[in-house]
Amino acid sequence: MTEAHGATAVSRSGGSAASGGTATTGGLLQVEDLTSSYGPVRALDGVSLTAEAGRITAVLGANGAGKTTLLRTISGLVRPVSGRVLLEGHDITKAPVESMVAKGMAHVPEGRGVIAELTVDENLRVGSLFRGKVGKDEFDRVYDLFPRIAERRNNAAHTLSGGERQMLVIGRALLAQPRILLLDEPSLGLAPRIVAQIFGLLRQLVDSEGLSVLLVEQNARSALSVADVGVVLNLGRVVVTDSASTLMADEDLRHAYLGF
Amino acid sequence: MDYFVNVTITGLTQGMIYAAFALALVLIWRSTRIVNFAQGSMAAATTFIALSLIQAGASYWVALVVALASGFVLGAIVERVIIRPVEGGPELNAVIVTLGLFVAIQAAIAIIFGSSFQSFPTPFGVRGFEIGETTIPLTPTSLYVIGAVLVTMALLVALFRFTRVGLAMRASAFSQEVARLLGVKVGGMLTLGWGLAAVVGSLSGLLIAGGTFVYPAYMDSLIVFGFVAAIIGGLDSPVGAIVGGLILGLALSYVSGYAPRGSALVTISALVILIGVLLVRPGGLFSSTTARRA
Repeated sequence: MTEAHGATAVSRSGGSAASGGTATTGGLLQVEDLTSSYGPVRALDGVSLTAEAGRITAVLGANGAGKTTLLRTISGLVRPVSGRVLLEGHDITKAPVESMVAKGMAHVPEGRGVIAELTVDENLRVGSLFRGKVGKDEFDRVYDLFPRIAERRNNAAHTLSGGERQMLVIGRALLAQPRILLLDEPSLGLAPRIVAQIFGLLRQLVDSEGLSVLLVEQNARSALSVADVGVVLNLGRVVVTDSASTLMADEDLRHAYLGF
Repeated sequence: MDYFVNVTITGLTQGMIYAAFALALVLIWRSTRIVNFAQGSMAAATTFIALSLIQAGASYWVALVVALASGFVLGAIVERVIIRPVEGGPELNAVIVTLGLFVAIQAAIAIIFGSSFQSFPTPFGVRGFEIGETTIPLTPTSLYVIGAVLVTMALLVALFRFTRVGLAMRASAFSQEVARLLGVKVGGMLTLGWGLAAVVGSLSGLLIAGGTFVYPAYMDSLIVFGFVAAIIGGLDSPVGAIVGGLILGLALSYVSGYAPRGSALVTISALVILIGVLLVRPGGLFSSTTARRA
């Protein structure tokens, strides 16, 4: 890791990609100067970023850069030391975790987040519990999107493969009808073909249904190929925010922070 | 032959009560990873509530319903007020807290209801049914005990399998964090789970008390057998708790009925069975090998 790059956060002009927006403008999800720590260890150090509606925003960086902590702080699993999180302009920094999904934010945690002991169908039903009665057609839609889990709907979720689990948790999150989907390392441990399939589907949902995605990924190459905007984290700080294509073209940055 | 049937039925009846107590432990262990050592004295407390109602002239059934309801309230309050602060902390903290609660509730019972032996009624007779000339050893009381536990278990299964609350409770038990992210109010589900477990525990206390004498520590032997049953079953499996309870009930009944000086060997036999099962299957008979997720 080079010291020089990490010292200051560079925000290049990239149209909508620019970070550090104020509370009043744009941005479905805004993170302002967020600082989180686990005891004495500072995992996030003044992180600001914006996830625009109808975009895929990818947060990239090495292991330990603070990516997972960022998502966990946004959804309230970790309480920040300072800073704010705004969803559609409303401050949700102190809102209970249980209330986030009803506000329109669905967080798929690292390691898939299937409830292994429940069946596929029960997993989906848990995801829609907070909405009260949900029509069968919505479940059918998820099964149409992911035919592979439809075949296994009455099997316990621990019998699913890694790819099927990822499909299940994304499908489950979609049943919550979120405005924004927070995905933590969806590519982890999956074959490249499955990763491409899942990212392709995300792109399709964003383009055709107005979903917004905040994607955390160590697999920067795949993530940038599908994202609109990239935010590079290093040691808990934002190093650079720019359009995905610009980041993809920046060879020095890729070598220094993204590992490809 | 008659004697064998008699001993078997006694074993099944006792086993059902052990199963209910074990189930109460398992319900709590599954949802909060806490072994509730206070389960026994919580159940004793509700039995004494029933007893004082009966002594004041209420019918057995009114007293039963009130006792089960107060068991629910007691379980819910214990979770909210006493367990919540130690949930998710070091395991030993919860152990000490529930052990302390066990002693405290038992002492409170002695203070409020006195520590003398008092007889607890049973709603049915203890004489066997008669078919023509022969008396079969199945008594109305044992039918009632077996039936009450079976109905309670069926209701629990229905709750967990077929209702939205049951699904939310299972999700909360298996994966608190995921459940919260999906909008399930996990805290409420844990409180509900403790309340229901306390109802099942109370039922076992009321059933074992029927037709015998109660005093503040009358649950002590049931506590031992209930724990053994739960651990034989794997502590994580409701089915295991029931099977463990029945196995233990039958085994102890045979020991007491057939071994020389059998009744003196009952308690030690329970522990021998426990050690035997754990030597062969350290996780219990119904332990699953699936790793739990945080």
